[in-house]
Amino acid sequence: MSELLLSVADLHVRFRTYAGLVHAVNGMAFDVRPAEVFGLVGESGCGKSVTGLAVLRQVPYPGEIVRGRVLFRGDDLLQKSEAEMQHIRGGGISMIFQDPSASLNPVFTIGNQVARVVRQHTSAGPAKARRRALEVFDAVGLPDPPRIFRSYPHELSGGMQQRAMIAMALSCGAELLIADEPTTALDVTIQAQILALLAELRKTQGVSVLLITHDLAVVAETCDRVGVAYAGVIVEMGRADDVLHRMKHPYTQGLLAALPRPIHRGRQLQSIEGSVPDGIHLPPGCPFHPRCPRVMEVCRVEEPALFPVGPEGHVAACFLYAQEAPV
Amino acid sequence: MSAAPLIQVRGLTKYFLSRRGLFSRRQRRVRALEGVDLSIYRQETLGVVGESGCGKTTLGRSIMRLIRPSAGQVLFEGQDLAPLGRRQMRRYRRDMQMVFQSPYSSFDPRFSVLSSLAEPLRAHSDLRGEALVARARELLEQAGMPGEILYRYPHEFSGGQLQRIAIARALALNPKFVVLDEPTSALDVSVQAQIINLLQRLQRELRLTYLFITHHLSLVQHISDRVAVMYLGKVVELSSTDAIFAQPLHPYTQALLSAAPSLDPELRRQRIILKGGVPDPSNPPAGCSFHPRCVQARPACSQGEPPLVDAGNGHMVACHRPQGE
Repeated sequence: MSELLLSVADLHVRFRTYAGLVHAVNGMAFDVRPAEVFGLVGESGCGKSVTGLAVLRQVPYPGEIVRGRVLFRGDDLLQKSEAEMQHIRGGGISMIFQDPSASLNPVFTIGNQVARVVRQHTSAGPAKARRRALEVFDAVGLPDPPRIFRSYPHELSGGMQQRAMIAMALSCGAELLIADEPTTALDVTIQAQILALLAELRKTQGVSVLLITHDLAVVAETCDRVGVAYAGVIVEMGRADDVLHRMKHPYTQGLLAALPRPIHRGRQLQSIEGSVPDGIHLPPGCPFHPRCPRVMEVCRVEEPALFPVGPEGHVAACFLYAQEAPV
Repeated sequence: MSAAPLIQVRGLTKYFLSRRGLFSRRQRRVRALEGVDLSIYRQETLGVVGESGCGKTTLGRSIMRLIRPSAGQVLFEGQDLAPLGRRQMRRYRRDMQMVFQSPYSSFDPRFSVLSSLAEPLRAHSDLRGEALVARARELLEQAGMPGEILYRYPHEFSGGQLQRIAIARALALNPKFVVLDEPTSALDVSVQAQIINLLQRLQRELRLTYLFITHHLSLVQHISDRVAVMYLGKVVELSSTDAIFAQPLHPYTQALLSAAPSLDPELRRQRIILKGGVPDPSNPPAGCSFHPRCVQARPACSQGEPPLVDAGNGHMVACHRPQGE
């Protein structure tokens, strides 16, 4: 298993709310390899963000990780003490979010915040921490690092703030960056800059990225492999090319047919009937069966395993492919 | 498109005043729209694309007269709306409606669906009582929602359902023109597809004219007949959708299209990564607003502002670079 950087298996997360138990993540399982960009894609409520938070054991109250395994370099993070986790957050795995202005503290300079992270994770003194901050500012393409160091968050644009967040995330040698919708709040020309930066960091520093997004086009351009999540489980997974162009699961097929693309121009867009289940009342059997155009009897009662549907680990959780033995 | 346009926008300009600091008396003028000229023809969809701060929302709101422009004209069927007062504006309101980005904040949470739909009908028509309820029910069904939901409240609906109700409300007075300001940006793609299909069906059935504002390029390509590209308060390119996407002429449009991620590898363009961000709209650069980021800029570009001119076949572009270079 040494070739896997992160391995998530059988992860279950639920939230205790007044309305009832919300089953947000229901057996999520995927791997991220070294220097790989893995995309976790799905619509709102599919559990993709909660999965990202669960990897760092940061699921907010009233959520709780019910069971599962989160192996990082072979160690189960769910068995670690809180002190050990403190060290891993930022030191081994870092996370960035959609809205960088909400992640940065408005009353401290960018430099202060990055240097503080460095000092917390290493033995560096103030001068060394400052040098490290300037170094990572330069690495993420922020112009004039000394000026950035002195700047307050509001003095930077959204794209620059996101670069600063990435700099902070990588300042202590994290090998895995969990990026939760990192470009959703940014304009498309700035999004292109940030995605190019992530690709470059992977190449030059060997950073792996778990990219959580709803945007299939972003996945197509940046990810090596992708997992499509629905109702808290992976329903299809494989190389990005296979999943996006030779998709097998009816949900993935529906999602791609719903996108406005030049090849769909002048035609009606396909839509998926119904709506995403609410997590409290999950349907029995396959979670997608109430909306599935190809539903069968077995789908209503039994949960499908992941069946192989193509080369290089292309799998789909769908009984249409049940003639193969499940993986 | 031979007939007179439904709406003509001429030299539309809007500056917002904002104070420099909390206690400062000095004001700065933030440029939101600068001399926008365009026409919207009957039953077409004119798409407006651009990045945040380019003025696309201000354009929609100025045409609707939700904000009063600083200068310029908005002719609706030949009548200039810009100088009209509140009362004179009233008779045009029923012909022009708007659907907003967030369906959650478009409804008063204390109003039932019926109350929300009844409000425009009470204000602008003689419908009362049974007839009003019947009309509300008909509007909902037209937008693909069951009529029984009249007595339910906004929190009971999902975003996609609320957007259908918002569309039903916008169509209550049989408008001729609807401004759609990012109507699907808050929705998931499968729901977005439902709303886009609904808007296209209603346009055909009710002969509507749309101004479709979005930052989403493949969406604008899907739904628009013509597209206007905006940058820092100005229209920099305006043409048929096919021409804009097949042969963008303005360097900004070229960069914008190349930056959009695409699912189809064969359609991917050579990416032009723009340096930096959009300049401060309270201190726009001299000459062409785009020249500091333009890869093809030349000395002339920092001098005069390029006008929007016809580059052939009605393809309008505002760029100093002569054709064919």
